[in-house]
Amino acid sequence: MSAFKEAGHLFRFAGLFVLAFLVFLVVRHFVVPKTFGEYGHYRGASIGEIASRPVKFAGHETCEGCHTDILDVKSKGKHAHVNCEACHGALANHADDPTIKPVPPDTAVLCARCHTASAAKPKGFPQVVPADHSNGVPCQTCHNPHSPAMDAGGAK
Amino acid sequence: MNISRRQLLVLLPAAAVAWKSVLAGTPEESPNYKMSDHWWGMLIDIPKCIGCGNCVRACQTENDVPDGHFRTWVERYNVSDENMTTPTVISPDGGKEGFPVAEEDGEKYFFVPKMCNHCADSPCTQVCPVGATFISPDGVVLIDQTYCLGCAYCVQACPYGCRYVHPQKEVADKCTLCYHRITKGLTTACCEACPTGARQLVDLKNPKDPIHEFLKTHSVQVLKPQMATGAKAFYNGLDGSVR
Repeated sequence: MSAFKEAGHLFRFAGLFVLAFLVFLVVRHFVVPKTFGEYGHYRGASIGEIASRPVKFAGHETCEGCHTDILDVKSKGKHAHVNCEACHGALANHADDPTIKPVPPDTAVLCARCHTASAAKPKGFPQVVPADHSNGVPCQTCHNPHSPAMDAGGAK
Repeated sequence: MNISRRQLLVLLPAAAVAWKSVLAGTPEESPNYKMSDHWWGMLIDIPKCIGCGNCVRACQTENDVPDGHFRTWVERYNVSDENMTTPTVISPDGGKEGFPVAEEDGEKYFFVPKMCNHCADSPCTQVCPVGATFISPDGVVLIDQTYCLGCAYCVQACPYGCRYVHPQKEVADKCTLCYHRITKGLTTACCEACPTGARQLVDLKNPKDPIHEFLKTHSVQVLKPQMATGAKAFYNGLDGSVR
């Protein structure tokens, strides 16, 4: 055992190393979140947290559950593929609590946003120069926004 | 019921652990949603985009995006004749309130909606020093904002300019592909609000998704394919001048 006689300081140093490693393991156990590494190098629980954020656009299926009369008109017209909230805005709060009444959209702004003529728009898309087309007469005088073709009749 | 001191010492910590998991609760998720069944992406049909800005407004409403920052935005390209390498690009306030009228002057004009490409080999997730941003098992690039330091490495790394540092939260922020909606069976806010169907959420793992037929029958491109990011925002009718 005389070989180790002078090696005490090495063992003490090695012991210190082992101790530091144990301290590291303990600290890591408490500092690293529980779900870190569940799927990869990130906190797995954050996926659930992001998924549980509240929804503001209810989705057209939700609207169509109640407003079947509008759906009947719209599904036969040229706006069949335009979802409700594209014009009416986010209305999940109205879907959750129907006593919250949504503000009807201003057609002067709304219609013009899509249908104002511009060389940048696809050629097949119906476009007008609003000033020439109606000279300030509101769009819904002639067009029903839910089914805008002229023969479909204006909104009553 | 008699409990010995020894049994109590065993039971108490167990009860504490059980109570902690009750308090923590489970996040509200769609019970039928399985991450392994999906691989999300987006189809952007440029010939259908009319530059109305509905997507930009819907995104800002749905996700509380601060003014002047965009998770999605629309650009208007103007290419004069053969001048492919120097297009004039405008995006006033991200195209949120639409665009100025383009006159018929013989030049080419078109709109390009931009957003996070949810790359399968995303440069942004690779540079994060703390594991705060990642690709979820269903192919969505997300940020754990409770973990993010706000160092903005990812903002610089994204070749598409799709990330920003949130001015109030001071952490990185970006498109989540409306992860809180798609996991509940809804489409994204931008797709819901798009009046022409220029944007479509696609699930590449769903064999019934029309995207497979679309990719087979159309000339589809991703942005900056030379960067090999594995971008999953597929553009139909993408002009060569777009960058």
